[in-house]
Amino acid sequence: MTAQPLLDVQDLTVEFTTRRGIVKAVQHVNISVGKGETVGIVGESGSGKSVTSYAVMRILDRAGRIAEGSVMFSGIDVKAASESQMRDLRGREVSMIFQNPRAALNPIRKVGHQIEDVLRQHVQQAQVTDRGETAIEALEQVKIARPRERYHAYPFELSGGMCQRVVIALALACNPQLLIADEPTTGLDVTTQKAVMDLIVELTRRRAMSTILITHDLGLAAAYCDRVVVMEKGRVVETAKSADIFAAPQHDYTKKLMRATPRLGVSLRDLLPEEDSSASPRVRGEADTQSVAGEGGSPSTVLVESPPHPNPLPASGERERMQPLLSVEKLVKEYPRQGAGSVLTKLFGRKPPVEEDIFRAVDGISFSVDHGESVGLVGESGCGKSTTSMMVMRLLDQTSGRIMFDGEDIGAIAPQSFARLPRRSQIQMVFQDPTDSLNPRFTAARAIADPIMQLGDIRGRDALRDRCEELARLVGLPVNLLDRFPHQLSGGQKARVGIARAIALHPKLVILDEPTAALDVSVQAVVLNLLQDLKQSMGMSYLFVSHDLNVVRLLCDRVIVMRSGRIVEQGTSEHVLGNPQDAYTRELLTAIPHPPLPVC
Amino acid sequence: MLSLIGKRLLFAIPSLIGVVIVTFLLTRALPGDPAAYFAGPAATKEAVDQIRKKLGFDKPLIEQFVRYTGDLAHGDLGTSLTTGQPVAAELRNRLPASAELTLLGLVVSIVIAIPLGVLAATRPGSWIDHLCRVTTTAGVSLPVFFTGLVLVYLFYFRLGWAPAPLGRLDVFYSAPPTVTGFYLIDTLIARDFEAFRSAFSQLILPAVTLAIFSLAPIARMTRASMLAVLASDFVRTARASGLSPGKVIVTYAFRNAMLPVITTLSMVFSFLLGANVLVEKVFAWPGIGSYAVEALIASDFAPVQGFVLTMAVMYVLLNLLIDILYGVIDPRVRLEG
Repeated sequence: MTAQPLLDVQDLTVEFTTRRGIVKAVQHVNISVGKGETVGIVGESGSGKSVTSYAVMRILDRAGRIAEGSVMFSGIDVKAASESQMRDLRGREVSMIFQNPRAALNPIRKVGHQIEDVLRQHVQQAQVTDRGETAIEALEQVKIARPRERYHAYPFELSGGMCQRVVIALALACNPQLLIADEPTTGLDVTTQKAVMDLIVELTRRRAMSTILITHDLGLAAAYCDRVVVMEKGRVVETAKSADIFAAPQHDYTKKLMRATPRLGVSLRDLLPEEDSSASPRVRGEADTQSVAGEGGSPSTVLVESPPHPNPLPASGERERMQPLLSVEKLVKEYPRQGAGSVLTKLFGRKPPVEEDIFRAVDGISFSVDHGESVGLVGESGCGKSTTSMMVMRLLDQTSGRIMFDGEDIGAIAPQSFARLPRRSQIQMVFQDPTDSLNPRFTAARAIADPIMQLGDIRGRDALRDRCEELARLVGLPVNLLDRFPHQLSGGQKARVGIARAIALHPKLVILDEPTAALDVSVQAVVLNLLQDLKQSMGMSYLFVSHDLNVVRLLCDRVIVMRSGRIVEQGTSEHVLGNPQDAYTRELLTAIPHPPLPVC
Repeated sequence: MLSLIGKRLLFAIPSLIGVVIVTFLLTRALPGDPAAYFAGPAATKEAVDQIRKKLGFDKPLIEQFVRYTGDLAHGDLGTSLTTGQPVAAELRNRLPASAELTLLGLVVSIVIAIPLGVLAATRPGSWIDHLCRVTTTAGVSLPVFFTGLVLVYLFYFRLGWAPAPLGRLDVFYSAPPTVTGFYLIDTLIARDFEAFRSAFSQLILPAVTLAIFSLAPIARMTRASMLAVLASDFVRTARASGLSPGKVIVTYAFRNAMLPVITTLSMVFSFLLGANVLVEKVFAWPGIGSYAVEALIASDFAPVQGFVLTMAVMYVLLNLLIDILYGVIDPRVRLEG
């Protein structure tokens, strides 16, 4: 490294004043970034990686402050600098790209004007009176097609990837020396993710800028960074060259993170920390929590206790082998395009709907799910995978097509009346966001008991409680946590509550809608293993909706790849993901960032 | 834009028809016999019957309604029994008085409340935040007739700065020729600056009374909405790009925070317009609120129906105005039309 790093963070401690006293979000952190260097800060949620970067720019909340240590940026002491000095620094010398690009832009201001605001703040006035030429050029730099038109666009008129490009244009408009990218691709589709990351790398290389890439994705950090800093609970646990860190991780936490990242050539069990990989994840209970001491629930003997349920795999007769559990035929879902369905046109217009007025979210797809099989439904946002799962779930009416479930055409039943039928209990769902999908006023026990109270046959407080405890043990949720409310549980625990609720009625088919997308990798590893175990012990089938091909590869027997409402490819996971036939599947696969070396 | 306005006005028609029907039925269902009231306490039964017949109240309800809507179609809102004047003419005279008072009150309120709310939001926990809280709490807790009386006592009776609270103009001045109905504007058009001064000094106390009352919702809403916007991602982006605090607060935060404030404003305005009866009473203001209440007490149907209908039309127009304003501020609203 050169004599003087561009950014030198020494012994940084950041404190937040909260109602329960002072919390140290970051403790004694040392990070240095040389000129032209790309440094990754990797860690799970709560590791303090974002707080560190906010401290560097001094944009911490009111409650937060740099308590100890120093931040030197090219000779300037950030901690001691005046606010106006910092303002000159922000945007001109150090700038930042944020997660969730759509929210990061002012929703009611033209993107061109937003870029100009920054230019006007930092560049001499003379250069800005060029009627937006500089801003248009900045848009051009980030490869936005038709920048002259886009100059006048509002953020809501642009796609997520496009918004992120605008944010990048905004950040790079004044040619800063250091770019801090805080989870720049989280929430974007894999192919967009790759395009955005490649763009960042290209632009920063060309300008010889330094970059800090903050991410939870080890693969991303490894693919794009020179050095990687691993953080855990506000502390730096390891700093090394990215090639070294993946070849030979030193710290236990790094090793654990690396094991937990789904990747090629490993099984689900391999994701778990070494000491647990032989046993069921339930034995250990929570991997992500503070204190679950001793209450992990008993090992696999619980499974035997679990209510008798026909074990379909070996015991199932010929009938079931011939007839899949779920079969979907030529399923179509159409939506009217915006503006077409207004009440007035219906009242006065009497125009027959024109072809262009209709948008086909799902365009005639057919697939099946066998007993005890798990099928992955993958594709990028807007491909219709969620719409499909909603129709199968009978939360949404299809426009046409048949949905046969266990020999009955459930597609013919309206979603409103399906909720009251006994069939409801046989198709259950685990939702994407474990927090949003739980009623914040219900305890974990109440949430799990809810489907039983609606459709189950267990009556009486004690019987219900017993069943809840049994389910909690089944999903590895410590029984003493059952009386807690969602906000008192960790992400992984909430995911377990969601799973327990879904399996409470012995469903035959469980639809999993990105059940681990909001979880940290180490928690994801545990939850995926849990799902796998439950499937085997209870003989359920899964329809697993996901955009993460690595996760699908691990959990699913078969994969269906969707694009623009159609199925482009389907087959066994090995086949589709190992030897993809369709160009789109190949594109999806190559877009996934891989760590340079698999660890074992 | 024009088609959007036309569409919105079309949508308002069913609700206006509903208002006509409901007010008609409601006034008929009210206890009290207008014929008896009109005839006076000493009238004989025959006299009352005669009046009833004359007024058409002996006819079946449906026939009365048909006649009412027929008149309505000709712009005839009927005649007030108590004053003997056509309701339409009286409303035309009185509505501008109420509107002028309410508008000025709202302007005063906005000028104080919005900066107060913005300052309170940018400095939570500071003295200005506490000032905001105390002012707004005091504003809503004091009834308008009380603040009105206090103001009259102080500025008229004690200090003698304000004129006697007796209507829109000092008795020495004649009303300006009616152009807008707002005396402040009409006197200026007539270049009668003395009368303008007089109208203004008559107006300011009741307007301030209203302003004190309406301060609270506007300031609180501004503060809450500013706080939410200041915590949002794009304000963080603006700060991280080194924009000056003024730019961040005005261009980025305030314009976004305006949306709920505008909704609140429209609600406050329409509420004040019809509901400031007490202020009108205290300041002997010839507005529509007091007119409607007096008519209601006298079981005088026509003015009550006319008042409710006028208010309904005002609501429709106001909501339309708010929607247009929304579209101007927020481009996302423009698409849905």
